[in-house]
Amino acid sequence: MANRDILHGTDSSSLGNPRGFWAMVHLDPILLVLLLILMGGGLFVLYSGADRNIDVVKAQGIRLGIAFVVMVVLAQLDPAVFRRWAPLFYTLGLVALVAVLLVGVGAKGAQRWLAVPGLPRFQPSEYMKLVVPMMAAWYLSRHYLPPGLRHLAVGMAIVLVPMAMIVKQPDLGTSLLVGMAGIFVVFFAGISWKLIAAFFALVSVSAPVMWMYGMRDYQKQRVLTMLDPQSDPLGAGWNIIQSKTAIGSGGYDGKGWLHGTQSHLEFLPESHTDFIVAVLAEEFGFVGMLVLLTVYFLIILRCLHIAVSAQDSFSRLLAGALTMTFFIYIFVNIGMVSGMLPVVGVPLPLVSYGGTSGVTLMAAFGVLMSIHTHRRMICS
Amino acid sequence: MPWGEFKNIAAERRLFQRRTLVMLIFVMLLMGALIARLYQLQVVEHEIYTTLSDKNRVQVQSVPPPRGLVYDRNRVLLAENRPVFSVTLVPERITDMSATLARLQTILSISDEDLERFQRRLKERRRPFQELPLRYDLNEEEIARLAVLRHELPGVEVQAELVRYYPYSEFTAHALGFVGRINQSELQRIDPVNYAGTNYIGKSGIERFYEQQLHGKVGYQHVETNARGRTLRVLERKNPVPGENIQLHLDLRLQKLAHKLLDGRRGAIVAIEPATGGILALASVPGFDANQFVTGISVEDYRELSESRDKPLFNRALRGQYPPGSTLKPMLAIAALDSGATNHTRRVWDPGYFQFNSSGRRYRDWKRSGHGWVDLNLAITQSCDVYFYEIAVDMGVDTIHHYLSRFGFGEDAALDVAGALSGLLPSKEWKQGARQEPWYPGDTVNLGIGQGFMLATPLQLATATALIADRGYWVEPRLLKSIDGNNDLTSFLPEQNHAPLTLKNPDNWEFVVEAMADVMHGARGTARAAGANASYRMAGKTGTAQVFSLAEDEEYDAEEVKERLRDHALFVGFAPVDNPQIAVSVIVENGGGGSSTAAPMARALFDAWLLEFGEGGGDRDGSAAADIANVEGPR
Repeated sequence: MANRDILHGTDSSSLGNPRGFWAMVHLDPILLVLLLILMGGGLFVLYSGADRNIDVVKAQGIRLGIAFVVMVVLAQLDPAVFRRWAPLFYTLGLVALVAVLLVGVGAKGAQRWLAVPGLPRFQPSEYMKLVVPMMAAWYLSRHYLPPGLRHLAVGMAIVLVPMAMIVKQPDLGTSLLVGMAGIFVVFFAGISWKLIAAFFALVSVSAPVMWMYGMRDYQKQRVLTMLDPQSDPLGAGWNIIQSKTAIGSGGYDGKGWLHGTQSHLEFLPESHTDFIVAVLAEEFGFVGMLVLLTVYFLIILRCLHIAVSAQDSFSRLLAGALTMTFFIYIFVNIGMVSGMLPVVGVPLPLVSYGGTSGVTLMAAFGVLMSIHTHRRMICS
Repeated sequence: MPWGEFKNIAAERRLFQRRTLVMLIFVMLLMGALIARLYQLQVVEHEIYTTLSDKNRVQVQSVPPPRGLVYDRNRVLLAENRPVFSVTLVPERITDMSATLARLQTILSISDEDLERFQRRLKERRRPFQELPLRYDLNEEEIARLAVLRHELPGVEVQAELVRYYPYSEFTAHALGFVGRINQSELQRIDPVNYAGTNYIGKSGIERFYEQQLHGKVGYQHVETNARGRTLRVLERKNPVPGENIQLHLDLRLQKLAHKLLDGRRGAIVAIEPATGGILALASVPGFDANQFVTGISVEDYRELSESRDKPLFNRALRGQYPPGSTLKPMLAIAALDSGATNHTRRVWDPGYFQFNSSGRRYRDWKRSGHGWVDLNLAITQSCDVYFYEIAVDMGVDTIHHYLSRFGFGEDAALDVAGALSGLLPSKEWKQGARQEPWYPGDTVNLGIGQGFMLATPLQLATATALIADRGYWVEPRLLKSIDGNNDLTSFLPEQNHAPLTLKNPDNWEFVVEAMADVMHGARGTARAAGANASYRMAGKTGTAQVFSLAEDEEYDAEEVKERLRDHALFVGFAPVDNPQIAVSVIVENGGGGSSTAAPMARALFDAWLLEFGEGGGDRDGSAAADIANVEGPR
C-alpha cells in the first residue's frame, strides 16, 4: 500500500512527465497510437469499400468510438478484478450460451443472438472470446506451471464446453476463435511439446472422421471451394475468384483510392465487411498490404511485450492468449480472402464494418492496457 | 491454496518468455506466409489477375442490326420495327425463383402459358447469366410498376427490343409472310455470330426469302458492366449494319381492294404487271394478323386460326391448287393454233355433247342445247366446251403438256415467292407413275376444258395470263422491286430461266387476245356484263371449276358439304388489250359462275388500277394509263 501511495504521489507531482500521465489514465501510448492509426486507416479504406457511402463510415466511427470507450473503461480496472471475477464472468457466459440455444434469435439457420428486453441485442459467443481465456488463465495460474495432466484436463474442459455450445449454434468461425484463445492459454502455460505433438497427431487422424461425420455440407463446400474455386465459379467459388482477382489486379502499388474496379463495380461481395482487405489490396497494392501487416505486426509485438512484462502468471497467460487471438483474426481473414484458407466468417480486426467484433477486440486491448499500467501496484 | 505460494515465480516467467518467443516466431512465419501469398498474387501473377479483372469489367455485347423495312411500290411501309418491352429474369441472380415469380404475378398479368414457356426455357441449356424472357409486350403502366418495384426484385429486368410490326397485316400477311422466334432447326443453319443478338428470323414469304438482306450484319460493343450485368458505359462500339430496306412491286391500295372484293368469301386474287412480272397484289382471303405470330401466338388463338373452316392460314394464292376450268382455254387455243390442230376458221358442230363414237360416253357442254356451229373465236367468247374437246383430242396429251408447260403450269415459276406450289400438269408419264394407270383418251377430253387431273394455283393462272398479255414474252413473277433504292436486282433475284414462247405465226397471239376481248366486250361474251361501259378495252376469260375437293386433307362436315360443293368461280384477264398494265387471276371458292362472281372483281381491279390510281405502273410513264384510257375510251 505504501508503495502505491508513493508511486501515485510521484506521478501526480510530475504531470509534465508523459509516462506519469499515461500511467494515471492507464493507457499505453504506443499501443494507443498504433490502434488509432489502424482504425483511422480502416475508416479510410471502408469509405471506398462501402462505395463512398459516408453513412457507413459514420456508423463505423460511432461503433469504434463505443469500442474505444469500452477499452478505456476496462483499462482502468485492476487485473486482479478480472482474476477475482473470472469464474463468475465465465458462469454468466455459459448461462447466456445455454439461453442462446434455447431462446436465441438469428438468421440463416443459426441462433447467435440473445435479445434481452431493455438491453441491446448481443452475442454471448463474442463475450466468450474474452472470458474463456480469462477463466483458463485463472484456473491454470492457481497451480504450478507447467500444469499437470489433471489441471490440463480441467483447463481444456473450460475451453471445450463453451466451444461445443457455440458450434451447436452453429457458428464454426467464432467457436474456433474461442477455442484458439483457450488453447493459447494452455500453450503459454507451458504444456509439454510431447502433448502438443500428440494433439496434432490426433487432429490429423480425426480430420477425415470429422469430414465424414462432423461437418455440415456447406462447411465441406467451403473447403472444397478453397481448394478449387473454379469448380463452382458462379456459386461458392465466386467470392474467392473475385477477391483473388481484386488482390492480384492491385499489383505492386494498386489502382488508387476509390479506383478499385472489382469492388466499385460490385464484383467483390462483402466488400466492406469480411472482404475489405481485398479492397485495400486492390487500391493500395502490395505496398499497402505491407503497411497494413506492419501495423498489425507492431501491435502484436507491443502486446507480446506487455505480456512478457506482466508480473503474475494470470496476467501473462491472459495477455499472451488475447494477443495471439488478435493475430489469428488477421491470419484467418487475410488467408481466407487471398484464397489460402476456406471462407470462414472472420472479420479483419478493427477495419471490417461491423460492431460486435470491434468492441470485443478493443475490450481485449483494454485488458492488455490494464495489465500493463497496473504493474507496479502488484509488484512488491 | 493462496496465489503464488510455493510457486517458482522466476521459473514460470522464464517458461512464459520461451513460449512467447515460440509464438513470436510462429507469428512471423505466418505473417511471412501471408506476405508471400500476397507477393504471389500481386506481383508474380499480377498480369493474370489484371486480365481477369478487365474481363470481368469489360464485356463484349452483340448489337443486333435493325431489320430492313419493307415498302410497297408507292413507299408505303408494310413492315416496320417497333420497340417492344419485355420482362426478363436472370436465374443466377435470383435466390428464390418461385417467390420472385409469385411477386411478379402480383405486378403483371402473367398467363399460364407465359409461365409454362418460361419454365421450359429454364430447363433448357443456356449460357450462364443469360436473360430469360418471361412476358413480352408490356404496356406502359406495367413498365412503370416494375420500375418502381425493381429494387425489390434483383435479377428482374425490363428489356426493350425492336420487333417486327406489320401495320396492314390482315391484308399483307400472305404476301409478306412474317418473322418469328428462331427455333432449334433454324439455329442449325444460321451463322451463330451474325445472329448473336437476334431473336427473330423470317419464317415465310418475303421475310424468309430475303432474310439475308433484311437481317443485316451484327455489331458489337465493349461495355463496362457491374456484377449484376448492368451496363455502366460503352467503351468501344462497332455499329451493326442495318438490314437493307426492300421495296416490293406490291401496291397496298390494290391489295386492300382485292381483300375488299373477296371479303366474306374464300378466294384469291393475284395481279401482275405484265411488263415487269411484278406482283401488284397477292391476296388470299380470309387473311390473318401476322403480328400475333411474331412474339409467339397463344395456343388458343392458334387453334382458332388453324381449325377455322375458312382456313385463314392457308395461302390460297400460292398454295391453293384448283382445276383451272375454262380459264385454261386461251392457253389451249394458242397450243391448238401453233400445233396446227385448228385454225382461225375451223368450225365444229356442237350438239351439246362430245362423243368419240356414236355409242360412247357423252362429254357434255355446259350449254345443254349446244352452241351449234362454232369457230375458235366463238369457242372462247362463249366458252364452248365441245370445240375444246375436239381440238384437245386432235392435239393429244403430249402436245397439250408441251404447250401448257411453256405457260408455266406444273412448275413454280415465280422468282422470289417462298412456298408457292407447282399445281399439277398431267401427262402420260405422270399418270403411269402416280396412278399406275395408262392415259385414257377421256383424260385428254377433260384436260381440254381444264378439268380432270389438271390443277393450277392462282399465281400460275396470273402468270400464264400475263404471258398472253405479253404475247409470249416471259417475265417471271416477282415481288422485289428494289433493294435500298437500287433497281439492279441481278444479284438478289434468281436467274430468269424461261425462253419466250415464240409462235410460228405471231398473229395467233392477237387472234386469241381479240377473242378474249370479245369475252368482255363482244355481244355474246360470257363476261360482257363485267366489261360493259369501260373506257378502255380489256381481255379476259371466265371459268367455272367443278369442286371435288380443294385438297386431300380437306374435311367438311356433312351440313357444309352442300354449300361447299358449289362450283368455284374463276376469271383471268388483263387490260388494256393493246398495252397491258395489269393481268389478274381471280378465284372465288364455291362462288358459283365465273362470269357473275369473278369477272366483276377483275373489272373493279382494272378500273382501280387504270383509272383511279392513275399512275397505272408506279414509276413507269406516269400518264400512260390515263392516256390509254382516253385513247381507248371511244371504242
